[in-house]
Amino acid sequence: MLNTWEKYLEYTRTKIIIIIIISLLIFLISIYAINAGSSGLSVREVLMTLLGRGDNRTNIIVWNIRLPRVLSAIVAGIGLSIAGCVTQTILRNPLASPFTLGISQGAAFGVALAVTILGTDAIHSTSIDAAMVNNPYLTTLCAFIGAMSATMIIMALSKRGRVSPESMVLAGVAISSLFSAMTTVVQYFADELDVSAMVFWTFGDMGRANWRDLKIMTLVVLLSGIYFLINRWNYNALAGGEEMAKSLGVPVERLRVISMFIASLVTSVIVSFLGVIGFICLVGPHIAKRLVGSDHRFLISGSIAIGGVLLLLADTFARTIIAPVVLPVGAVTSFIGAPLFLYLLTKGYKR
Amino acid sequence: MILKVDGIEFSYNSHPVLSNISFEVNRGEILSILGNNGAGKTTLLKCISRILKPVRGVVFVDGKSLSDISATEIARKISYVPQRQDVSRFTVFDTVLLGRKPYIRWDVSKKDLLIVEEILDRLGLKTLALKYLDQLSGGELQKVSIARALAQDPEILLLDEPTNNLDLKNQIEAIRIIRDITRSGNIASIVVIHDLNLAMRFSDKFLLLKENTIFAYGDMEVMTPENISSVYGVKVTVEKINGIPVVIPLEDVLL
Repeated sequence: MLNTWEKYLEYTRTKIIIIIIISLLIFLISIYAINAGSSGLSVREVLMTLLGRGDNRTNIIVWNIRLPRVLSAIVAGIGLSIAGCVTQTILRNPLASPFTLGISQGAAFGVALAVTILGTDAIHSTSIDAAMVNNPYLTTLCAFIGAMSATMIIMALSKRGRVSPESMVLAGVAISSLFSAMTTVVQYFADELDVSAMVFWTFGDMGRANWRDLKIMTLVVLLSGIYFLINRWNYNALAGGEEMAKSLGVPVERLRVISMFIASLVTSVIVSFLGVIGFICLVGPHIAKRLVGSDHRFLISGSIAIGGVLLLLADTFARTIIAPVVLPVGAVTSFIGAPLFLYLLTKGYKR
Repeated sequence: MILKVDGIEFSYNSHPVLSNISFEVNRGEILSILGNNGAGKTTLLKCISRILKPVRGVVFVDGKSLSDISATEIARKISYVPQRQDVSRFTVFDTVLLGRKPYIRWDVSKKDLLIVEEILDRLGLKTLALKYLDQLSGGELQKVSIARALAQDPEILLLDEPTNNLDLKNQIEAIRIIRDITRSGNIASIVVIHDLNLAMRFSDKFLLLKENTIFAYGDMEVMTPENISSVYGVKVTVEKINGIPVVIPLEDVLL
């Protein structure tokens, strides 16, 4: 007969195994994703190239095109998922995520301004790709500034409890509409090619990131992940209620402000580089919660694994389903994410 | 004396909630805080546990002022059972283990697990250990909340309406647990409670709050019909039935 604590350890071990299995899944899907595409590489060729034994052609395809894309999807998926997970906990709202707080709309507004005013104007051409904004770094920077200005509004509102954490999501609805309205006004006065460039930007696309972008994203995601993991016990305490957390010695206000800022920062960086990718930060943590429970010792790692799998799957699907046309991955994540989220809601559980 | 509260004052946005509160509690004693809704009972508990910082006054635990020690240190001395705990996807074991948080550095130790095991055993929660909180009844949930507070290994236990929403059997059981751990653990317990009859049966001391300050403070002697009538604004008499003191409101409810 096992003691209760031994049974408990067994129970937590199951969670760890689930997380490991999902992480292995990321690896397997990655191999498939690098392999899949119009150039007909074999799995063997892919593996050899990754091990540094590829020829010129496979080197270019794998190292310059496929690998950065696959890694971007994994890193961005992880970042969005942990940002959503922590935001849900600190705002104590299952609907909270940096997206529902208006960060993507802020970024879109930044891009709209960049395209019209700063003249990162579109190249005149009929093909969609050519309508892509032509100074990507300035655009990325403007997207980031837009996203961070939404963040700053959120921070200002949450400071000293001006808006309660619970109603923060409602404030997010207002912030989103505000930025959308401003974007609409800019678009109204812009010429059509500029408008198409702005709209095109909002379709999230994993192909936008080069190695340098990827390094920046990875660093930000890594650092924020470490911060979140260090605070896992604090998040657990907060999940039991604000008073309970305080009585357990958690500096609730400080934790909330810093976590909120970091979650928004990660999301801003990812959105600025890759465009809008909806639903990962909402669905990722919810699936993780289903699989490993609310204990943040496992929930954060679970969200990492699930986030990586989800976005990688979505991007691979977007690339291959009607190849050679690449669907906007943001649309794919919403397509899969929205019904999945509705399903999770109907299965009904609290937080 | 383990707890000494000296001249506590608190106000929300310059609206006074507590003024000039001073009292003491010894080890092994239970103090009940009584008073009308809005008299400041919960605020007083929060000031003692330092969830709220009093505007003026000092709380001493074992002779040390709480303002001189860290939040983690306080959490090792004082645990607080709020009126309601949020129910999420945590198991009973997870929740009680959370009480070890002030002692955990990076990960849980075997000692933490054994302490949780022992507390679950003591409160008869062992069979529920791996159940999720949202599967529990109100009485079970309250016990889990107390178990979590005990896992903090406190010297002072603060409970905000621990018998609220519990049926008669669970009320008695919750009170028995509080009494038992106060005596056997030689700790001090402070309970905010509305049920005067229950309060009189298990408390050693009473603190009657009226209009944000202490109206009366002492042992059973302060629980006179006059004091109670005056604090609650309702005429009462205190009778003994089978030797048990019972407060009976004299006002007609069918006016």
